[in-house]
Amino acid sequence: MMSDKPVADTIELRPFATFRAMLWRELKLAFRRPSDLINPLFFFAIVVTLFPVAVSPLPDVLKVLGPGVVWVAVLLAALLPLNGLFGQDHEDGTLEHYVLSGQSLVAMCFAKIVALWLVSVLPLVIVSAVVAQSYLLPSSVVPILVTSLSLGGYSLCALGAVAAGLTVGVQRASALIALLVLPLMIPVIIFGARAVSLAAVEASLSGALDMLLAIAILTSLFAPIATAAAVRISLE
Amino acid sequence: MWKFFHQLASPPHFYRLAGLFAPWLLGLSLVGIVIGLYGGLVLAPADYQQGDAFRIIYVHVPSAYLSLMAYTMMAVASVIGLVWRMKLAHAVAAAAAPIGASFTFLALATGSIWGRPMWGTWWEWGDPRMMTELILLFLYLGYMALRSAIEDRNKADRASAVLAIVGVVNVVLVHYSVEWWSSLHQGQTIMNEDARMPTSMLAPLLIMIFAFTLFFGAALLQRLRAEVLEREHSARWVGRMLAEEQPNA
Amino acid sequence: MLEFLAMGGYAAYVWTAFGLTFAVLWLNWWSGRRRHLRVKARLASQGREDTMHRGATIKEVNA
Repeated sequence: MMSDKPVADTIELRPFATFRAMLWRELKLAFRRPSDLINPLFFFAIVVTLFPVAVSPLPDVLKVLGPGVVWVAVLLAALLPLNGLFGQDHEDGTLEHYVLSGQSLVAMCFAKIVALWLVSVLPLVIVSAVVAQSYLLPSSVVPILVTSLSLGGYSLCALGAVAAGLTVGVQRASALIALLVLPLMIPVIIFGARAVSLAAVEASLSGALDMLLAIAILTSLFAPIATAAAVRISLE
Repeated sequence: MWKFFHQLASPPHFYRLAGLFAPWLLGLSLVGIVIGLYGGLVLAPADYQQGDAFRIIYVHVPSAYLSLMAYTMMAVASVIGLVWRMKLAHAVAAAAAPIGASFTFLALATGSIWGRPMWGTWWEWGDPRMMTELILLFLYLGYMALRSAIEDRNKADRASAVLAIVGVVNVVLVHYSVEWWSSLHQGQTIMNEDARMPTSMLAPLLIMIFAFTLFFGAALLQRLRAEVLEREHSARWVGRMLAEEQPNA
Repeated sequence: MLEFLAMGGYAAYVWTAFGLTFAVLWLNWWSGRRRHLRVKARLASQGREDTMHRGATIKEVNA
């Protein structure tokens, strides 16, 4: 819903309208390049295959490895698109346009985070539910796996966006982004992967999922602001 | 009093004051270290369980404490630099990082050395404090990597400031999460020897912590002088000061 | 004295830890100081070059 004062070129949108517009744009762009959607999934599939090969395919080992391997593989795969989060827009000047547009940059960053989550994390979560069977994860635990990965994956998108915003314009920033994001993800991994492990042995989750939710909410609150600040700094 | 702080923020004054204070802080810290070590190595009795190996605590704990304090200082300086746009604050953050990182490394190394005779392994993945220190090291390294990746100094200052602030929350969160995790396993926490320490053991420890803090101050001021000079290289006061020191231009 | 150095059998561990500590402390002070002196020297020589260039230009103008 646009404000009803059309002033020449600039129309002042309410933040939610900005958010919605950006979200729609990101989703449309993502579907125009299917390879961007598929590559992380392939990467995930490969990583998940490596472990039984490298460690052991014995059932007892797989049961122990399963939650952790799936978790780490999802995170690593979700890191892949981060460099391009602002990269494409920066290259053709669109990013600068956004910053100068006077619309809410915070809303735009939030939209990018949500879009990233929808486009790269959710497909990974779905595939991981299938892969978990191969690691002999009891089907009763799959809902916990899906929940924890969805929440944790969201936090990754949020923190990853901050890192991407800080490194706009830096050459070959992928490794740097990983170096910045992964230490920040340790608490999420601990609560997330451990929740699944605990559920697999039918132990009490001890509030792990609550912590994941709390972290997801916390990152929702500050990550868009931090990302917008980072982008402004990088573009000066 | 206010004037003192105002003067402090001005680079030429700060440069001069730092130069005056640094050697004194260094001297005082060394004295403190000697006293603390005498108390810890000679006067304090050997531990009932750990024998003389526990004496590593006298360098391990101060290092760990400083590593956390340095990061906090970096974060506070970052906030001041971003909000009040004080360039000196950014310089403080930049100078504190490598020193803090070295203390983090030291905490990890001394902790590992201490751990080997105590519980048989060089590294204990489940120990909350060591894990926190390790993640802290990664945070420092990430901070320094980001700084060096961005060419423009102003941008680098402000981007790394955002990163430092984001990281602070994480340190608390990491420690809490690893504690939660290891409490599930029962009996992975080892380093709680300081629960009830007799004064003869505790006093030298406090002295060492204080002495390390003074040392950190000295090293920081020293590094800051180089930082300030670099940042202010085109300012008049720099040219004048250098000319005064080398009158044969 | 020997007893002191032996540290109840843990000598290797204790003294390595302390040695490492002093190495790190010294490195912190020394690297800061070295950087300071290097920066000062670099700026001083640059300053002299600038003055020389400026001086040359004035001469050229006056010639």
